[in-house]
Amino acid sequence: MKHLLDLPSYLEQDDEVRDRFDRLKQRPVALSVEHLGKEFETPQGSVTALQDINFKVHKREFVCVIGPSGCGKSTLIRILAGLETQTTGEVLLDGKSVYGPGPDRGMVFQGYTLFPWLTVHKNVMFGLEQAGRGKDTAAEEASQWIDLVGLAKFEKSYPHQLSGGMKQRVAIARALANQPRILLMDEPFGALDAQTRAKMQSYLMEIWQNIDITVLFITHDLDEAIYLADRILVLKAHPGEVQEIIEVPVPQPRSPEQLLSPEFLATKKRLEDLIHPEQEEEGTNSDHLNMVRMVPVDHEVESVF
Amino acid sequence: MSKKPAMQWFAPHKELRPRSKLVMTVVSFLLPILLWCLFSYVPWLWHPKVEINEPGSVSYFKSGMLVDRELFDKETLKAEQASKAVPQGKPANPIYLPAPHEVGEAFYTAFTTPPKRRTEKWLHESLWNSVQVIFWGFFLSSLIGVPLGILAGTYDFFSRLFEPFIEFFRYLPAPAFGALAVAILGIHHAPKIAIIFIGTFFQQVLVIANTTRKLDPSLLEAAQTLGAKNKALLFRVVVPGVLPNLYRDMRILLGWAWTYLIVAELIGTSSGITWFITQQARYKNFDNVFAAIMIIGIIGLTTDLLLAWLGKRIFPWQRHGVRA
Ligand SMILES: Nc1ncnc2c1ncn2[C@@H]1O[C@H](COP(=O)(O)OP(=O)(O)OP(=O)(O)O)[C@@H](O)[C@H]1O
Ligand SMILES: [Mg+2]
Repeated sequence: MKHLLDLPSYLEQDDEVRDRFDRLKQRPVALSVEHLGKEFETPQGSVTALQDINFKVHKREFVCVIGPSGCGKSTLIRILAGLETQTTGEVLLDGKSVYGPGPDRGMVFQGYTLFPWLTVHKNVMFGLEQAGRGKDTAAEEASQWIDLVGLAKFEKSYPHQLSGGMKQRVAIARALANQPRILLMDEPFGALDAQTRAKMQSYLMEIWQNIDITVLFITHDLDEAIYLADRILVLKAHPGEVQEIIEVPVPQPRSPEQLLSPEFLATKKRLEDLIHPEQEEEGTNSDHLNMVRMVPVDHEVESVF
Repeated sequence: MSKKPAMQWFAPHKELRPRSKLVMTVVSFLLPILLWCLFSYVPWLWHPKVEINEPGSVSYFKSGMLVDRELFDKETLKAEQASKAVPQGKPANPIYLPAPHEVGEAFYTAFTTPPKRRTEKWLHESLWNSVQVIFWGFFLSSLIGVPLGILAGTYDFFSRLFEPFIEFFRYLPAPAFGALAVAILGIHHAPKIAIIFIGTFFQQVLVIANTTRKLDPSLLEAAQTLGAKNKALLFRVVVPGVLPNLYRDMRILLGWAWTYLIVAELIGTSSGITWFITQQARYKNFDNVFAAIMIIGIIGLTTDLLLAWLGKRIFPWQRHGVRA
């Protein structure tokens, strides 16, 4: 892809941004992933999904993970959540290695995973009750979290009565209610339409700015990654490895107007180069389909091409 | 006719409109009844017998007797050739096919006719007997079968432990255990309940295990990331998660239990509705037999509709339109 504008390098940061990153790196490490590897045994032999992944996430940092389909993003986040076990390496949360799922790592899935038999309010209470809170405290805290995502009016509704965006907001409230050390999100807005998705991104930004939470967010949408992230972890496929960790040079706090700023576009170009390189390694190296123009003989309109 | 109305009646995988649905439900019952009426009231349709009004010169014909049509024709011909009095009669169906109005009356008279002997039971007593046998058989089976099914569907350990043997056992026909059940449990209710139990239980465990396995695994994962552990996962996620489907399974299984009823009631001393049916058949009261058979159907269907209606109330989070 050729850019028509002369863009700055994505590595250029203005003073404010550089200062912010310096401060960010001073913060304690919330999540540390060391030499993480994962192989799946399949009937066709073993598949290496992840190989030697290393990175750190600082407290209150927002990190996005991006990469081509099948590069192991979901596998990575499932290992972090404890839903899958790694073959090699370690996951350290606040310096202690973790095994198995636990309430210290909240998770929001792409599919809607609200419990259909519980109302919105009871869904959010679920984790609090598991943590041993009394019924009354749990109910009260749950209401506060539901209020935070702006769904106070829907407390008594069942999930099937909510729209996709509302369901994901409840899922976020449910995960946050447990006050996890880190919030893991696997393409949480992937199934939403463009408008709802943009709105959800703003909500998430607002929540993140207002509460003390570290976020690891998976997406395959480049704009979403740049708009949300402090840093972007770019993975490559076969085997899944870290290709680059990009510090996003767009100043915080973010707003939708920045989608057209030079820093934003520069970062996007870099991501495009990394994820869709000019030379495809396999398959056809042409972007075009093998198509013949098919128009009936008596077609009624002139071609405009 | 334009294309549109046709589309509404025959669109693949599309629900009909509420009015049309109601119409089809009514038609679905009217159709067999209409066929039955045709065969009963249209004299030239089937009617393989002749009911004698007037024996004429045939010595062994009696008024009100049912004879085969060929025999009647033969005797008529003989009488004509001998210039004797010709027998008279009208086309009739065999006694085992009573006409709808006769069965309709039997619905009432079967309940009001007192039993022939003092020791015998009224129809409603027989029915109550049957309902009790079904209830206890199904209840005892569910008491053990549902927990086992849920365990087997949740934990592979229990699945491997129970299912291979149950898979084998369910092929053994329940009635085959009749003699054994009588030997062990006596001749009264107990062996009949046992047959219903055997007929239901093994299917029940397997069906419920399968339903439980179909629970969306991401719900379990979500619960785990919220801090739920073993017992909470089972009782606060698996059980409520499968409950609506489990309820639907139970409705279907209850239907199966009814199909074992007749065999079960023949074991030991015949009892319940089966006793009534065999007794009435012996007296050749086939209108009562039909009425009794239909009453079984009506009880079955009504219970199921009642349970379906109840289900909608118990599980408000279920989307409607899911057909059992
Ligand atoms: N349970 C499994 N068994 C075998 N192979 C698996 C399993 N889960 C994932 N894989 C393989 O691991 C690789 C990474 O899968 P993963 O789902 O993590 O990719 P992803 O980056 O999330 O893709 P997408 O963007 O499509 O969601 C794929 O090649 C996939 O085939
Ligand atoms: Mg994925």
